[in-house]
Amino acid sequence: MDISRREFTKVGCRIIIGATAGTTIVESLITNGIAADNSPDQSGYDWEKHFWGFVVDTRKCIGCGRCANACKLENKVPFDEEVYRTWIERYRVKKTSLETREEEVVIDSPNGGIDGFVDDIPAEELKKSYHVPKLCNHCDNAPCVQVCPVGATYETKDGVVLVDFQYCIGCRYCIQGCPYGARYFNTEKGTADKCTWCYHRITKGLLPACVQACPTGARKFGDMMDKNSEVNKIIDEERINLLKPDLGTKPKVFYIGLDREVK
Amino acid sequence: MMLENLIWGYVYPNESEIQWSILIVLYPYITGLVAGAFIASSLYHVFGKNEIKPVARFALLTALSFLLVAMMPLLVHLGRPERGIEIMFTPHVTSAMSGFGYIFSFYLTIVVLEIWLSFREDIVKKALSSHGWKELLYSSLALFSFDISEKTLHDDEKFAKKLAIIGIPSAAFLHGYVGFIFGGIKANPWWSTPLMPIIFLMSAIVSGIALLILLYIVAMKIRKHAIDHKCLQSLAHYLWIFLILDVTLELLEIISMKYASREDIDIINRLLSDKIGFTFWGVQLTLGILIPFILLLMVSLIKKRDTLKMIMISISCIFVVIGVFAMRWNVVIGGQEISKSLSGTLTYVPVFFSQEGVLPAIIIFILPFIILRVVTSILPPWKDMEEETQKLN
Ligand code: SF4
Ligand code: SF4
Repeated sequence: MDISRREFTKVGCRIIIGATAGTTIVESLITNGIAADNSPDQSGYDWEKHFWGFVVDTRKCIGCGRCANACKLENKVPFDEEVYRTWIERYRVKKTSLETREEEVVIDSPNGGIDGFVDDIPAEELKKSYHVPKLCNHCDNAPCVQVCPVGATYETKDGVVLVDFQYCIGCRYCIQGCPYGARYFNTEKGTADKCTWCYHRITKGLLPACVQACPTGARKFGDMMDKNSEVNKIIDEERINLLKPDLGTKPKVFYIGLDREVK
Repeated sequence: MMLENLIWGYVYPNESEIQWSILIVLYPYITGLVAGAFIASSLYHVFGKNEIKPVARFALLTALSFLLVAMMPLLVHLGRPERGIEIMFTPHVTSAMSGFGYIFSFYLTIVVLEIWLSFREDIVKKALSSHGWKELLYSSLALFSFDISEKTLHDDEKFAKKLAIIGIPSAAFLHGYVGFIFGGIKANPWWSTPLMPIIFLMSAIVSGIALLILLYIVAMKIRKHAIDHKCLQSLAHYLWIFLILDVTLELLEIISMKYASREDIDIINRLLSDKIGFTFWGVQLTLGILIPFILLLMVSLIKKRDTLKMIMISISCIFVVIGVFAMRWNVVIGGQEISKSLSGTLTYVPVFFSQEGVLPAIIIFILPFIILRVVTSILPPWKDMEEETQKLN
């Protein structure tokens, strides 16, 4: 065959360009593919050796809001937007007349409880009142992971549900899919966002910021692979409950003293 | 604060903003019109309902025009639209949303092929009789194959029929699937029902037929041509049948929710009586189904008086397309107006000028009509629509 030199170079160039572009694409696909299988590069941290769990003791919570505040500070969650990685709910059950037997429950969480709560119902009118801290349950069968169309939301080997900000397309399907209202839309990134159990801290042996900030020990965090961890002890010994257990999401936030009004 | 008036009871703090706006209402609405128009055309192509023949090809072009914009509301709504294509490259198979790109493309291929086959004879004739850029346009549309002998045309027709047979389940799938995107969300009691796909499908067919009827009447008026009343009334008849199926399913869902009275019934009742009370009972059911149902029933009872019937059919169709839009609204927006805490409701306030506002929604909704205008000028479907009837004045 008779190929002129110019043509030959042209063809050659194309092959080279094609090949490089091709490999780059393939490479990026592979890296993306295996990113989730490799432990994050935290020196000495092996995610096969941990499985994290969280305990909330609602009996201890006084609704001071320090945890929610600490979370926003630690994770740079905007203070001026109504978005929260963790928040505190207050439940107040009013006294009922014996005739009507209709129970009135007033639930609120002003600014996620960050600024504490105001007593706007006189104590005499109340039967009981308690606080329930909430956060992402890092469900073991997480609907948010299930519904993400690109796999940007995933569960790590150590049991934490995370969002890959480089990959999320911002469709917000996961926000719809989460039964607990734990997710929000990060307007700056254009992606979904939520609690990470302070993954950047726990992989360095620190506690999540909210746990650290809680003055009463209502929040506990620990390794469920470690037999002696406080979290394991509580799960073994206390009567614990989960939020919306009927949905089959298998939450990994365990509650002590959960009342029936809590949804 | 204004926000507080919009919220009743307790909603989770992160829920204060509605995530899926009017664009996501538009998305199932448009795909529904596509599926409906396609199924209307297959009444002729597959089931050999000859009275539909005048609009069969027109219906295909309508389906195509709407299909071409079906993706847009989704794309515009994404937080990171530039990554949207990842749904095709790295789909996450457990997600009800991840298949959309594939189903969409598959269906688009079918519709395009179907159109090509049913217009091939026209295209070839045009290619052979025109000159210059037109010749080029039509020759390339014909893919430079100019064989229109009896036999090939017959083969085309056979193939087109086969395609349409695949087309029906895929149209059903396309839209049933959209229903599943909502029906599969167990977190939301208003969405999570196995009936959702089939309800979506029935309302899709209803809206598609109604739109087709309206477009047919408008097109004939513009072209100053008489209307084929036989075709019109038979379309109206199918519309009536599908309306019955549609309303049965919609009521079935509400009745079983109310009868079962689960944990979420209080909030559902509040949604139905307060939040979407008007758009649900008033627009979706009364205006969109009950009135058209009665009007269409009368159409089939009245003898003669074609003009009156045409007016009644047109009114029904206008009500039906509005009613189905309300249905999409009630699902998409209604579902987000109840808190997942089941203890409160919130209110969606549409914004006009914003990426997710009413303006882009209007623009996206006008586009298919422009596209339809363009495709019908390239591939005029008028011949079949007009051969039975005569030109006015
Ligand atoms: S609580 Fe919500 S966001 Fe967290 S893992 Fe479960 S479903 Fe996902
Ligand atoms: S918003 Fe992001 S993380 Fe959530 S489902 Fe969509 S792509 Fe996945």
